[in-house]
Amino acid sequence: MSVLSLKDVHVYIQGSHVLRGVTFEIPSNKVTALLGRNGVGKSTTLKAIMGLRQSTGEITLDGKSIHGKPTYQIVRTGIGYVPEDREIFSMLSVKDNLNIAVRDSEPNFDLVYSLFPELKTRTAQRAGTLSGGQQQMVAISRALLNRNQILLIDEPTKGLAPKLVTEVAESLARVAGESTMLLVEQNLALVKRVAEHILIMDQGKIIFQGEPSHLEDADFVHSMLGVGGRHN
Amino acid sequence: MDTFVLISITGVGLGALYFLVASGLSLIYGLMGVLNFAHGTFLVVGAFVGLWMSTQVFHTNSTFAFIVSMIVGGIGAGIFALIMEQLLITRLYNRHIDQALVTVGVALVVGAVLGGWFTNDLRLLPTPPWFINTVTIGKAFIPVDRFLYILTALALLGIFVGILKFTRIGLIIRAGVENRTMVTALGINVKRAFSAVFFLGGFAAGVGGVLIAAYQGGVTPLMAGSWLIYGFIVVVIGGMGSIGGSAVAALLIGITKQFVNYYIPGLGDFVVVILLVAVLLVRPQGLFGKVSA
Ligand SMILES: Nc1ncnc2c1ncn2[C@@H]1O[C@H](COP(=O)(O)OP(=O)(O)OP(=O)(O)O)[C@@H](O)[C@H]1O
Ligand SMILES: [Mg+2]
Repeated sequence: MSVLSLKDVHVYIQGSHVLRGVTFEIPSNKVTALLGRNGVGKSTTLKAIMGLRQSTGEITLDGKSIHGKPTYQIVRTGIGYVPEDREIFSMLSVKDNLNIAVRDSEPNFDLVYSLFPELKTRTAQRAGTLSGGQQQMVAISRALLNRNQILLIDEPTKGLAPKLVTEVAESLARVAGESTMLLVEQNLALVKRVAEHILIMDQGKIIFQGEPSHLEDADFVHSMLGVGGRHN
Repeated sequence: MDTFVLISITGVGLGALYFLVASGLSLIYGLMGVLNFAHGTFLVVGAFVGLWMSTQVFHTNSTFAFIVSMIVGGIGAGIFALIMEQLLITRLYNRHIDQALVTVGVALVVGAVLGGWFTNDLRLLPTPPWFINTVTIGKAFIPVDRFLYILTALALLGIFVGILKFTRIGLIIRAGVENRTMVTALGINVKRAFSAVFFLGGFAAGVGGVLIAAYQGGVTPLMAGSWLIYGFIVVVIGGMGSIGGSAVAALLIGITKQFVNYYIPGLGDFVVVILLVAVLLVRPQGLFGKVSA
């Protein structure tokens, strides 16, 4: 069963053809990793799904078209989104950052605080003064508060110190079991750990779909992703 | 010393009026990126509605009539702002230059219509008789109407802060001032916050319009321009999107202008512009503005 499907999605940004016919399906209750070199269009793909980039093609969530709808309606059909640059509200407290994300009548604060106990002690702190890792925790928490059909997570470990990478990876692994996730990630160790399905993108197209076990093959990784990922 | 007290308090009174004009301007720009040149028009609409209430409905210059006229003027301007937002601004979503141009158009059209209808002459707004009284602080005689301006501005500041801090729509506005796109990416229809901000901004400007009419002795469509300019200066100095910044900047400008005009008559406006330039050079985002990403 696929939760999310894209068919021949194209995106132009300022005249350049960034997505050139992206087609894939995201299976339910699995973590799908979207891989690819820098600038191939991974973030743009997530933004197109979110309605944050104008696109052509078909995008359906749970069998219903979400293409062309305003972003807030797309999200309300059940998407949790963690953007590449975190985009927490730096002037707001941690508590307000979480509260504004609440859509469900019974938001799952327990889950969030059990994954990130640090946040519980910092509810009154202004989010802009949090460390990069803590900001990422806030960004991930916003997506986990509600019951979603799918989580779209864009490079959650980008720019984090190794210890924090592990911490974020642990929490993703914990939520991974019971959710459908599309994870953009350059850290291959993390991908191998949590992903059950991988998509590889190059120049605005999906060039490979399959099992993460392929990532064990150094030649495969080299030819698909270049010499090593950013962290591996 | 007495002069100091007198000028300070009248400066604060003037600052209160500036705040009423600037607060909505600041929120509208901060949240939506719309430079609202029609904000002066909100003020004039409020003043005319207030004038209509107090002359056509009440026929009396009682305190009660004045206060009610002021509130109805605010509501009238708020509704006008909301209609303008719904009819024009929302259709030009994210086209900031076009939105600004449309607000210029509204300002010109409404100014011309009101000018044609009522002429640009000053129309007397009935004010309660006690407005011309003075109270003595030390040896300074302070016109009492200034205290009404100050109290009204404080009340509206309280309402704004209360809404921003303690309501969901306020949370959305605060977050939206910082990052509107992310607010929508959390499943929120941010346009409802836009409408709320336009209504509130229009309300404050309308209330300000009635008080400014009392301060200036009457209502004229020409009020829009000069007060709008001061509104913009306050917003730029205070920082776009910051209500607290608007309050501080409004006080700063009101007091500065009164002091300069007392010691070097006629130079008040000039010094305010110098202040504006100084702030722009040292802190381009304004005293309380965030550095935009
Ligand atoms: N706002 C924009 N303006 C101009 N070009 C853009 C914009 N956003 C993305 N692009 C271009 O689109 C292409 C794809 O960008 P995208 O952010 O989707 O890449 P990515 O795969 O997420 O890369 P990374 O791994 O570095 O995050 C890049 O060439 C980028 O320069
Ligand atoms: Mg990216």
